[in-house]
Amino acid sequence: MATLENTADEGVSAEGGGVRRRDFINIAAVSFAGVGGVVAVLPLVNQMNPSADVLAMASSEVDLSGIKPGQAIKTTFRSQPLFVRHLTPEEIAKADATDAATLRDPQTLADRVVDGKTQWLVTMGVCTHLGCVPLGAGEGENKGEFGGYFCPCHGSHYDTAGRIRKGPAPKNLEVPPYTFTSDTAILVG
Amino acid sequence: MSFPWANEYTPKAPLMQWIDARLPLPRFVYNAVGAGYPVPRNLNFFWNFGVLSGLALMIQIVTGIVMAMHYGANELVAFGTVEHVMRDVNGGWLMRYAHANGASFFFIVVYLHIFRGLYYSSYKAPREMVWLLGLVIFLLMMATAFMGYVLPWGQMSYWGAKVITGLFGAIPVVGEPIQTWLLGGFAPGNAALNRFFSLHYLLPFVIAGVIILHIWALHIPGSSNPTGVEVKGPQDTVPFHPYYTAKDGFGAGIFFILLAIAVYFGPNFLGHPDNYIEANPLSTPAHIVPEWYFWPFYAILRAFTFDFFFIPAKLLGVLAMFASILLLFFLPWLDNSPVRSGNYRPMFKKFFWILIADVLVLGYCGGAPAEEPFVMISQVASAYYFAHFLIILPLIAAFEKPLPLPGSITEAVLAKHGQAAE
Repeated sequence: MATLENTADEGVSAEGGGVRRRDFINIAAVSFAGVGGVVAVLPLVNQMNPSADVLAMASSEVDLSGIKPGQAIKTTFRSQPLFVRHLTPEEIAKADATDAATLRDPQTLADRVVDGKTQWLVTMGVCTHLGCVPLGAGEGENKGEFGGYFCPCHGSHYDTAGRIRKGPAPKNLEVPPYTFTSDTAILVG
Repeated sequence: MSFPWANEYTPKAPLMQWIDARLPLPRFVYNAVGAGYPVPRNLNFFWNFGVLSGLALMIQIVTGIVMAMHYGANELVAFGTVEHVMRDVNGGWLMRYAHANGASFFFIVVYLHIFRGLYYSSYKAPREMVWLLGLVIFLLMMATAFMGYVLPWGQMSYWGAKVITGLFGAIPVVGEPIQTWLLGGFAPGNAALNRFFSLHYLLPFVIAGVIILHIWALHIPGSSNPTGVEVKGPQDTVPFHPYYTAKDGFGAGIFFILLAIAVYFGPNFLGHPDNYIEANPLSTPAHIVPEWYFWPFYAILRAFTFDFFFIPAKLLGVLAMFASILLLFFLPWLDNSPVRSGNYRPMFKKFFWILIADVLVLGYCGGAPAEEPFVMISQVASAYYFAHFLIILPLIAAFEKPLPLPGSITEAVLAKHGQAAE
């Protein structure tokens, strides 16, 4: 090797510390191929990200007038289930009686509802563990040990404010952004 | 390994001589599974399951390609096209039941194959690479089976897809972008179904490729055997063909009889009835469970209901579940006992059977609802599972006094049959 390199001494630059033009060409060529490779791989990976039609955001209008105290409805928001629950005074009292500081994800009921509309609990129906739809919104479904929701997949229990109380889920049921458009209607999203 | 006493491939027919001089493919086959490959003479029926695994993969590929000719990977029609296969396609019901039950049988033979390796310590030097490649195949199998189960787009399909991709969502910071990337959306939908179909088609061929490496790695040292004593001379081996081709053929016959019984008389016994309900993104079935072959891992995932320092329960469960398999990659270095076969390891043998019982208990808990006492039992059983590999095995290796090993394979065989060794 050494003898070969010595014969190529027209490529050795005086001040480059023995770095030849050929080394530069080598690095440039490999870098070029590397960048080209990354540029080729990026779209191959990115094609799996949500497509434009999936990203087309939707907002959902929900009419609350038919929901009696103690009832809940399931509807959809961005193709995922949304729970709207009309809390009874007892359920509100039960949620307020819990010391929020002792919870895994500390939040009071007031943090999770709109001021003056404490009876309307609007949450995503997506368990924060691995994404199943908890039971408890439908008539006669298992509401779990804390009277809210129970996830059948891995046994997470949520209370009447949709807060995680027991099981593997790390967070409270997510409250999506929504506004009251009238006393009996909300716009989610 | 080609032992020096292996038969030489000598083609007699002029055509075979012509081929052998140009592309020695027949020679390669002869030396791999023909009379040119000597194998220990004392292999028992637990050495049948490698060939049966390969057979199960072939059944899956053939029935799968056939069904892909009639299946539509679109959320609007997927469920309907599977019913179309069942009702309209000629013999479609047979193809589908053979494919679905074939997956279960694939896992049955692979689990027996793995436990054979655990008992006889087939993972020990010089066969570590065989073991590691086998685990890669196992992980690929699970990914493939998962994506296949999504395709009918029933309730279990949909919610299985949501939960399994949710496992990646537990990774800190990058988890949710990864989950969204896997699904191509925020919940399983057409994008997810489409790509799972594409990947479910691809992965079996990747598995086939890794199997070639698995067999290649095996053929360097050759098969282990029930004594764990290495081959010492020609008297310890017999040629693979016809001795083990015949024995494997017998095993394949039994396998096909059992598979036929399942396919014809109990095709839905191993499945879940909820997957005959079309996917409903608004309702998780109350009795959701994964396929039976995932139950032990599912039980480990569910056992972690508590936070541990800064690690939330969700991440902990996911880590534990993956760790329960990744741990096995380190097994050749966790078990340092110089003795291979469990037959000569009195302490190891006892704990091996406790491990088997533990895995069965985990499996049972994984199939049971997430309630007490099952949560508590899976917590204890998960702890034992990890303790077996991380604590008990190294301790046994240090303290156990193994029984005397036979001088050779032949000596063991002759002793078993009441004759004096030469």
